Order: sequence, then C-alpha cells, then structure tokens
Amino acid sequence: MTTAFRLPKGGRIDRTKPIVVRFNGREVPAFQGDTAASALLANGIHFVGRSFKYHRPRGIMSHGSEEPNALLDVDRGGNRREPNNRATVVEAFDGLALKSQNHWPSLTFDVGEINDRLGAIFVAGFYYKTFMWPPKFWTSVYEPIIRRAAGLGQAPTAPDPDRYAQRHAHAEVLVVGAGPAGIAAALVASEDPNKRVILCDEQAEPGGALLHDVTSEIDGVPTSAWVKAAIETLDARENVTILPRTTAFGYFNHNHVALAERITDHLRVPLTGLPRERLWQVRAGRVILATGAHERPLVFADNDRPGIMLAESLRCFVNRYAVLPGRQIVIATTGASAYRAAIDLKAAGASVTVVDLRLEGDCGTELVAAVHAGVEVLTNHTVIGSHGRQRVTGLIVAKLDGNGAVGAPRVLACDCAGMSGGWTPAVHLFSQSRGKLRFDSGLDAFVPGASVQAETSAGSCRGVYDLAATIADGAKAAGGSRAVAASPTYTSFQPARIMPAPPGQKPVKAFVDFQNDVTAKDIKLAVAEGFTSIEHVKRYTTTGMATDQGKTSNMNALGLLAGQLATEIPAVGTTTFRLPYTPVTFGTFAGPNRGDLFDPARVTPIHDWAVANGAKFEDVGLWKRAWYFPARDETMHQAVARETKAVRTSAGIFDASTLGKIEVTGADAAEFMNRIYTNAWTKLEVGRCRYGLMLKEDGYVFDDGVAARLSPTLFHVTTTTGGAPRVLAHMEDFLQTEWPDLKVFLTSITEQWAVIAVQGRRAREMIAPLIEDIALDDAAFPHMAVRTGHIAGVPCRLFRVSFTGELGFEINVPADYGQAVWEAVYESGRRFDVTPYGTEAMHVLRAEKGYIIVGQETDGTVTPDDLGLSGLVGKAKRDFVGKRSLVRPDVVATGRKQLVGLRTGDLSLILDEGAQIVADPNQTVPMKMIGHVTSSYMSANIGRSIALALVVDGRRRMNERLHVTTPNGFAQATVVEPVFLDPEGVRLHA
Amino acid sequence: MLENRSIMRREGILDQVAMPAEPSSVALRTLPPEARFVLRLGAGDATRNGSIAGLSLALPINRFGADASRLATRLGPDEWLLIGPDADAETMHADAARALAGTHHALVDISHRNVGMELSGRAAAVILNAGCPLDLGDRQFPPGSATRTLLGKAEVVLFRLADVPDRLGVAVPHYRIECWRSFARYVHGYLAGAAAEYAAVRN
Repeated sequence: MTTAFRLPKGGRIDRTKPIVVRFNGREVPAFQGDTAASALLANGIHFVGRSFKYHRPRGIMSHGSEEPNALLDVDRGGNRREPNNRATVVEAFDGLALKSQNHWPSLTFDVGEINDRLGAIFVAGFYYKTFMWPPKFWTSVYEPIIRRAAGLGQAPTAPDPDRYAQRHAHAEVLVVGAGPAGIAAALVASEDPNKRVILCDEQAEPGGALLHDVTSEIDGVPTSAWVKAAIETLDARENVTILPRTTAFGYFNHNHVALAERITDHLRVPLTGLPRERLWQVRAGRVILATGAHERPLVFADNDRPGIMLAESLRCFVNRYAVLPGRQIVIATTGASAYRAAIDLKAAGASVTVVDLRLEGDCGTELVAAVHAGVEVLTNHTVIGSHGRQRVTGLIVAKLDGNGAVGAPRVLACDCAGMSGGWTPAVHLFSQSRGKLRFDSGLDAFVPGASVQAETSAGSCRGVYDLAATIADGAKAAGGSRAVAASPTYTSFQPARIMPAPPGQKPVKAFVDFQNDVTAKDIKLAVAEGFTSIEHVKRYTTTGMATDQGKTSNMNALGLLAGQLATEIPAVGTTTFRLPYTPVTFGTFAGPNRGDLFDPARVTPIHDWAVANGAKFEDVGLWKRAWYFPARDETMHQAVARETKAVRTSAGIFDASTLGKIEVTGADAAEFMNRIYTNAWTKLEVGRCRYGLMLKEDGYVFDDGVAARLSPTLFHVTTTTGGAPRVLAHMEDFLQTEWPDLKVFLTSITEQWAVIAVQGRRAREMIAPLIEDIALDDAAFPHMAVRTGHIAGVPCRLFRVSFTGELGFEINVPADYGQAVWEAVYESGRRFDVTPYGTEAMHVLRAEKGYIIVGQETDGTVTPDDLGLSGLVGKAKRDFVGKRSLVRPDVVATGRKQLVGLRTGDLSLILDEGAQIVADPNQTVPMKMIGHVTSSYMSANIGRSIALALVVDGRRRMNERLHVTTPNGFAQATVVEPVFLDPEGVRLHA
Repeated sequence: MLENRSIMRREGILDQVAMPAEPSSVALRTLPPEARFVLRLGAGDATRNGSIAGLSLALPINRFGADASRLATRLGPDEWLLIGPDADAETMHADAARALAGTHHALVDISHRNVGMELSGRAAAVILNAGCPLDLGDRQFPPGSATRTLLGKAEVVLFRLADVPDRLGVAVPHYRIECWRSFARYVHGYLAGAAAEYAAVRN
C-alpha cells in the first residue's frame, strides 16, 4: 500500500517526520500532523467500520469532533487501549495501532450484516415491540442477547496506567473556540493586562476552520499568516492562557465551565510524570462562545456508503492534510459553501462535479467561480441514491422539472462524494448555560436567544458565517471592535429535509442519524404511530442519542418531523443539549482521586505502631482504626476472643484517638451543655465526668459520649467517632441561631489529643509508674473523674472512664506524643501481659455490658426510653433540644421497640445483625415482624453468643421465647436484660 | 515533671514521608512542630485588646500579620489562629491568657491538631489549584492572605506568605498549608501528586 492519495505538497503535516500507523494490522504510512482519518484516507482507506444496528459498511464522514461513523479502537501501547475513538480527532504518531469495530469475523466479511437485510424488522421501537412477551424473558433471554449484540467496541480490561490531573482556574474571560471569532475575541479581551483570558480549542492547534482555508485572505495576508500573527500576539501576553486539545464540554451555573485537556494522547512516548488528561474547572467573569458550526449531511437513499463525506470535510482533508479523498468526486449540495470545496478539490487535481438542488438563478457568485475553475455543475438536480457496497462507486442523480418532479435517474460514477445540506450553529454550550434558543428561518437554524449568564456567542455558532463578519463579531463579543477586509465566504443554502426522490421508490435506507442508524423512514414511522413531541421521537427512534449527540443529524431530524407533522420547526422545538459536548474519559472525571488519594485515609498518632504490630484495620468513616491484632495465624474470631479475655482478666490497651472531642468554653458553658444534652450538667463538679445523651429536635438519639468539667467555664466533650463533625455543627447551629446570647465558644480538639484507653483490673498499676502528679487511688480519683497532670513527662488529661465495664482510664496526651506515651504505657504493662485490642473487641466488651453504640443500637428513630435510658432525661429541666418531642403521642405510646438482650438456644449461634424477629414462626407470610437484632457477637468471657435487639414492648417480654431469621430458617432466642456481665458494676471499682 | 518534656520529642505525622523528586519549579516542605492556638474573641473585645502575645489582632478577615517568628491570622469575625515556635508555646499561652483575663474568649491549644507544610515555586498556585477551587491570582490572593478552604477532600488553612527567591533567585509565590493532623498524609500526597508533572522527565 502506498500513500497514493497524498498530494506532493501543501497541508499542515510535517513531511520531515514520516511515521507508520497500523490499521487492522496493516502498515499505513503517514506524517506527523496527520489524524488517524487523514492517514487512512491518504492510503485510500475509506471503509473503516460497521454501523451500530445494521452493520453497514461505513467510512469517514467528517473531519472533526462531530464524526458519527469512523469510530476506531485505538491502542497507544502499554495497556493504553480504548474503543470508540473518532478517527478524525485521533492524532497519529509512529506505532499507533488502529482497529475497526462492530464486525465478526472481519471488517470486510461480517455476519452481522444480515441485520441490514432484515431492516424491515429493525424499525423504530424495535425493542419495545419485539421483546414484550413473555415478560420473564426480558431479563433472562432478551436483555443478555441485546446487550451482547449492541454496543460498539470492547471496553478495556487492564487497569488504566495513566494518571489524570485536575485544576481549578479563574479568568475574567474564557473564550471557547479558537477559530476566527474566538481569536478576535481573545485579542480584544486580553488587551487589558489585568484581564486573565483563557482561550481553549478542541483541535491540536488554534485556527478553527481557517486551518483548512488556503484561499481566503484577511487584510491582505493568507488566513494562516493571520492566525500565526494573532497567536503570537496572544502568546506574548502574560495574561493569556492558550489551551489547544481542550474541549469545553460542560457549562454550569455561575459561568462555571468544565474543560477536558488532552495532554499526552498525541505523543508516542510522553514524559514520565505528565498526566494524560486534565479536567479544568474554570470560573469565568465572562464566557465567549465561538464554537463554530457543523455541516449537515443530505438525506437520500444509501447516503452512508464509505466515500460519501461532508463537503467541507473534503476541503479540509485536501487543504490541511494534503490528502485527496478521491480522484473522481461528485458533490451533492443545496448550498453555496460546497462550491469552495469543489474548487479546492479541482485545484488539487480531482475531477469534480457539483450536483445542486438549487435553481441556477438561486445560486450566487460561487457558480461562476466553480465553472471558471473547471468544475462541472448540475443545478436543479437531486440525488436519489448511491452505488457501491464497501466504497461508493456512483451517485444516482436526476433533474427536477419545472414542477419539481423528479426526472429520469442517471448515475454519475465517482470514487468519493461530498454532501452539503447547509450549516447548523453549534449551540450546545449555550443551551447548557440554560440560554433559550431562537429559530432563525433565514438561517434555517436555532441560534442563541437571550443569554442567562454572563455569556456572549460570537461567529458562526450564532449564524454569522462570513469571515470578516465573524472576526468583527468576535471582537464585539469581547467589548471591542475590529474591522477587517477578508475574502467573501459562500454562505447561503436552501434547506432540504430529504432530497426529492421519485414517487414509489422502493424502501430505502436514507440515514438521518448515522451513528444510531436512524433513517428517514424511522422518523416517519414514529409520527405514524402517534409520536409528535421531538423528545418522544428522539427516544423512540434513538435519533440524536448516540455519543455524537446528533451534531450532524439533529436539524435534519427536526425538519423531517416538522414536515411529517405539517408544521414549522419552531413549533416542534429542539431537544435539550446535555454535557458532555463530546465524550470525556472516566479518568478525567476521577482525576487524582484514586488509590491512596481516593479519600483521605485519616490515621491516628498510634497508627504506625498498630501497623508495625500486625493490626488489621477497618474503615470507620474516613478513619483507619485497628480492628484486631492477630497473633501469628490467628483468625479474627480467635484474636477477638483472646483480646476480650485479656481485658477482663488483666488489662488491655486501646487506641481511642478517633473519638470526637470538643472544648466548650465560656461563662455559660454549663448552661449550654444543659440545653444540648438531655441530662443535667449545671451541678457537675469540676474534676468530674458525666455520660450524656444528645437528641435532635425530633427527640431521637443523635449522639452520646462522656464530657468532663475541667473548670467552671471549660468542658472537654467527647462524641462518637463518626459523629464528631455533625455534633460540632449541631452545637454551632444552636449556639449561633437559637442561643446567640450564651457566652460560649466551641473548638474541635479531636486531633489535638491522642487517646489511649487502658482497661482492666491492672489498669491503675500499669499507669501508676508513669504518673507522679495525680493521685490514682480510688478515693482520690473515683470512677467518672478527670484529672490533669503529666504522664511520662507529657501533659495529659486523664479520665477515669470505662467503655468495657472494667476499671479503666483514658489517657489524653497531645497527639505528637501519642505513640511515645502509648509505647511507655505498653512497656509498663508488659508485666501484666497487657494486650492491645481493636475495635471488634471493644464492641464485644461493651455489648457484654449492654452499652449502646449510637448508629448501631440507634437508627435515628430511637428515643432514650427505647434504650432504657430514660433516667438520663432530666425531668426537672426547663428545656433541652428534643424535650418537647419526648411527649409526642407516638413517643409515649406503648408498642415501641425497646432495647433487650437475646440469648439464643444454640450457644454457638451468632445471629445476623439486622435479622428480623417474629413471635410466631408458623404464622402466614407476610409475617408480623416485631423487631430486629442490632448487635451480635460471640462472647468468650461469657462462653456463649450474645445479642442486643430492639423488640416491640421488649421490656415486657422478659424470658419470652422469640424467633429470629437466619439463613437456614428461624432460630429460637430468649429475651433477657441487655446486660450480660457484672450487672452490679463491681468491676468498675476493681 | 516539666523538665521531662524536653526528652519527649514531638513526632510529626509527616516525619516518615519523603518528597519523591523535587522538581525545579516547585518546592514542598513539611514544617517542624510549632505552637498553635485557636483564639475566639468578640470583634469588639479584639479591637480593645489591640495585640496579644505580641501579635496584632486588628486585621481584616482572611488576612494575617506576622513578625519574624509568630503569626496571627484572622479567619472569621471572632476567630484567630496564632502560630509560633514550639518553644514559645507556654509563653504565648500565658501572655494571651493574661491579656484576656476577664474577657469572654476561648484560647485553645491546638499545637498538635494541625500540621504545617510550605509550598513555593513558580507553579505553586496551579499545584494548589489542582485541589483548591479558590482564585489564587496575585490580585485576588496576594501575600498576607489566609483563608480556610479545601484541598481535594480535605479542609486546609491556606496562607500566602511573602514571595521567596527560587533556586535561580527569581521571586516566586510562597504558601503555607495547615491541615488537621490525620489529613496530613492525604494533603501532602495530593500536593506531591499534583507537583509530579513539574518534575516530568524524558523517558
């Protein structure tokens, strides 16, 4: 294969850098600067894939991001393989491997092509009509088959080796699109050095359509020279950021625009450290949209054959990439712009015929220019079909008579064809900005109406197509003016929804939406079946629903629908444009948020010790908490049994640093505590602690914890680990909005203090050698007291508290000393065989004592009384948060679920947490469920399983036998008090 | 027992964390242990007090004032963050407590709650903007600015310090980042990751 279609000169390719890409294993010589599409076309390859539904041969249709057909599997090496890349935007480099998709066994011979012959079956709404019955077949039979048959390309299975970056940026002006309008806007906007201007464009280099305009001049210089000078000016300005290969794909409130920058995809060997792509989140003072316009295909029978392309794309390939897409070219058009393509193709050596639907009298100067250039022009002609299967071999054209009747068909032989049905402004981002579109019948297009954000559309994205006018429009959008003299642009066109065809033409496939294989007939069928709304037709036929979002098809679909409904396009309206404008990789959205940075992994000051000592960790919110410390090959069950026994027989040491901590300071601190908690705080003596329950206004338990009074105006409050942020927010909320008169300040000290819990009858002996300035004996330092002093030379707040039911202390030391103090205490405890224990043992130990965990025994619908904690509700208190809700009828009614203990008949059976409870297992289904298990463990200390549960009227059911669901049927369990060990609490005072 | 304090070294959560490769256009450093206090005080009381522990409180919100070793930042109408050398912890606390005696306030030692890092270099702002949505432009966030903000999924306090010369002697932006201790490895990792592309090397 030679690059037979590469022109000897011209184009923006770098002929000093020859490269070779591979297509289905075949070598395809190309140059740096080629896209995959131009490389293939230079080698005469048009047929590059099979269509979505009918598996029809498809070629390259466009030259830009709107490409619906040429979707390739692209392998950039090193597990960088991705399906569904548009050949027209993939930049070629040496070694790039391309593969066609959606065929088996091969591109040229494809079994699925049978779908094309069965076209009569695969009509609009096919799935809904065909796979209705029997209903059960949907999930078991139909859906799996459809899923296998549908979809393009194969998702990669290897992990993505690339990294992705994200960046927030702020600019006074964001210009989207670096064509003539965008460049002019950026030039004007950036004249003020205090204005930060970002100019982004999806293409590899700025210039937009000017990159393939080799004949026009601006102020006497070729367009390429004008672009070069303008970009040099912008580049020299410190306040300008130019972002090529960057697609603005989402436009949100407050001029927040998301951009996807492609950084390394075009490089054979990217620098190590460079991200593949970057998500930009730009907040702009003003957004100027200069997003250009898309050319419309023509709707005629078999308009999808490989080799049939958009007319402007032919012009782009010949001028920008020096590729002749064919030697004998027929261009079908209803407008003037295609003549420019015809003239350029002719100049490059092709034989060119233009078939124009318009009458000769309706044509402008383009007609004379084309004829003068040697282009054959047939006006008042329609196209009614094409020949060729895997490559177009001819267009079937016919002359129209004076009444518009189609005359005798004749075939114009060709190896490539162009089509041009006029232009559609790219209003996607404007529409995303919530701006309303306005139909301009003169332009036969929807154009931006009034802006709803600080946004201005400029140039052809609002229907200003003439080059000089476009530049002036861009400058005006940026608040300035720039009058240039430029070559005239051929702009007018005559809208044609579907090309006139002879009556009675047998069923044909005239494609409207190429990517989703939607034909004109499908639209007609949808209307015939009663669909009149464009949104319904879109979903029924799937037109415009592919990844190209109907960039080429929408106006034709709308026009057809309006015609079928015998109404005008404005009455039909248009569908909503949604992000992303073009497909964006998942990696771009994920950015750095994966692996270690997926979420902050909060670690305690003692974390590294736990790691070094073999702890297994569990995630508690964002925290990593030591779960258990297996010795050698212990299972979790064995480790927890050993740890819990050690605490009850000698001593255990536990990292409680994650407990939330809040310092409540001020003259009204006690009053504040009194209002936030259910129980009384004003009389708590300095040096004492109290366990408190906190409700929300609905009367349900919100959090709990121990708080210590360190001075008349200072409380050290602890919260649950998970509750720390919301408790502080709850407190601040009430302080700021309800009680601004209270003299109180709140400060989070969660992370100031490492907390080492030492629990067990040896706890006091363990810490005593490390403490000189605090008397530890029971009389001087009773249970629920707090002292400040020093441990191991470090200042500490020492709490005598217990969440195990054993004698216990919680040592608070400044976090940076946490591990050193832990090690000192651990060392001191070795003579008592002190055992580090994790959160699982902590859970078992507290359950043995019936201590609740908020979030486990409670679920946001549990009152203090439900938990048997009504004693903690200050009856005499004037008010506290949630007080009034505690006398609501449903709260005081009987029949509420109450906390109880459960003893299973089978001592070794550990019930499932969450398992439902019934009174009678023999009742009919659906059974009446009277409660559920909230906590369930094997207790090595008691020698049997234990469980806590919430059961309707549970406290009146003592010793009643209930039935709990298990994976193997019902298990018997007896209702008991929710305290399994040491109900008198003597161990606390060991 | 205070004399024992000197034998117990503060172990920072980033002590074991190494910066992989130092790119030329950016420098990320962890800061040594420091003394820090949250000061909560009514705005009127602050005006009356003028300065505390040698630090002026008369600052607009989101600005800080600093001398050679200490720094006071006003983070809200009634909230300041005071930072000084670790060795000054007790004197700073005592000075402030004395000055504020009888005034409704909170002076809370959070020396260990926070961890400090510094980031400087030509690319420092864009590296921060990898995870911080704020406008860090020279006019929008000039030296002397400080604010509570986000870096990725972590809350941080961000300070724009005075520009410093880089290796080539060019003045470049210089930031201080404070976060809670348990988030420090995440914050450091996030910044190091964002800085990686400025150390990009040819394969």
